[in-house]
Amino acid sequence: MHLLEVEALSKSYRQIGGESTLAIGEISFQVEKGEFVSLVGPSGCGKTTLLMCIAGLIPASSGMVKVNGAGISGPPKNLVLVFQEYNRSLFAWRSVLGNVLFGLEVRGKLSREAEDRARHLIGLVGLEGFERHYPWELSGGMQQRVAIARALAYGPEVLLMDEPFGSVDALTRLELEDTLLKLWQELKTTILFVTHDIEEAIYLSDRICLLSRRPSRVVRGIEIRLERPRNQLTTRADRRFVELRNDIYRQISDQAVK
Amino acid sequence: MKPPGRINLPGLVTLLAVLLLWEGFSRGSASLQLYFPPVSRILVSLYELMFFRELLGHLLATLGRFAAGYLLAAVLAVFLGIVLGYSRLAYSFSEALIEFLRPMPSVAIIPVAILFLGIADAMMVAVTVYACAWPVLINTIDGVRNIDRTLLHTGRTFGLGRWQALRKIVLPGASPYIVTGLRISLAIALILVTTSEMVVGGSGLGYFILDEERSLQTSNMYAGIFLVALLGYGANRLFVLVEGRVIAWHRRMTAGETV
Repeated sequence: MHLLEVEALSKSYRQIGGESTLAIGEISFQVEKGEFVSLVGPSGCGKTTLLMCIAGLIPASSGMVKVNGAGISGPPKNLVLVFQEYNRSLFAWRSVLGNVLFGLEVRGKLSREAEDRARHLIGLVGLEGFERHYPWELSGGMQQRVAIARALAYGPEVLLMDEPFGSVDALTRLELEDTLLKLWQELKTTILFVTHDIEEAIYLSDRICLLSRRPSRVVRGIEIRLERPRNQLTTRADRRFVELRNDIYRQISDQAVK
Repeated sequence: MKPPGRINLPGLVTLLAVLLLWEGFSRGSASLQLYFPPVSRILVSLYELMFFRELLGHLLATLGRFAAGYLLAAVLAVFLGIVLGYSRLAYSFSEALIEFLRPMPSVAIIPVAILFLGIADAMMVAVTVYACAWPVLINTIDGVRNIDRTLLHTGRTFGLGRWQALRKIVLPGASPYIVTGLRISLAIALILVTTSEMVVGGSGLGYFILDEERSLQTSNMYAGIFLVALLGYGANRLFVLVEGRVIAWHRRMTAGETV
């Protein structure tokens, strides 16, 4: 049994004239326990919509999302989504610690251990000493670290991430990628990651699902067999890394012209 | 904005200067003194009325109506505002009514309230509730509708139900707006209470002020006015104190952004 299964999922929107447009056309793929999978596709291909459907935040038009074999209706308990807009997703009235405790609080698990866990995760994302700060006192990269710690504190089986590093500067982005890989290896959480950055997807993932333009479909699954732990310098300089990048780039730009 | 609790020295100097000018003008002209008694005499009147006559009773009557009307309005309007802010349907049904009633000067309903409720406390509290509810209602609706969808999505992805989302996201998220409405209503409450007391009579600072004016006890009249002013000032200080505790995060956040 797969941990996460997306079966023939499609999503169409009704437009103002009553005409409906197909945003996602029959997408199917699976994610295994412990895997790091990225969804890559041209911008506007409905990646965010797809992730929202998988997170149970918006209903799919047809098809199914299964977690541990069971179909979902609404946000599943063992799955959390990290949004691209960290500044709009953090609670401005809660401290860093308060934000990270949020998920545990909702589950009614506020206890000494919960707080220890939250503090541990704040340490893991590199924000030790900032527990009492408020999100708006932190830089963008630090805010996204808070959001990641908050999601992981909840203890999800699958972490969904929607272009989480899309709005931070390039250097911060590299740091965040490495932090995420470290967390993934340490916590063994399964990650489904959406990005339009091909190199980022290769650097992070075990496997990439390449999506087509709207209405998007999975064009190809690509296994990334680069050694771990990965390294920003050596991995990216690896001949196989460059080949993969060129290969995927060609495929995406072919589609963009069509 | 100046930090709360700090004494504004230049402001205090201006206030004292105005009072001194008043004192001087008044003492300079005997004919003026009937309408415009010196501040020192007003303060003496205030002291005597407060401790040896009926003014304390009037103050308490006004304070009771003020507190009852304001607090009732706050609870009612925040509740309604959340419902109307949350539900698009409820809002579209009530929007026209709100837009029609809101600009009407609230004192205009005093006669209506007298017809239905007589001239008892209930009537004065009712008009205060009516008038105070608007700013809180409008601001709460705005606050709820302005809550970022991403915040609500974040709540749902952590398994938050509708009721929990209300408590943990909607209410704190809208709180800066709600507080703004509550602050505006504070002044309105005092206006409505004193005005209806003037209309209805019997007790309260509004009644006292008008009554003393009619018997040409101008020094007493001004003492009553001073007391209402002090009441308003005190209520506002108390409000700022509470506000500072409840939404300290917001004050610091907005202060930080302008630096």
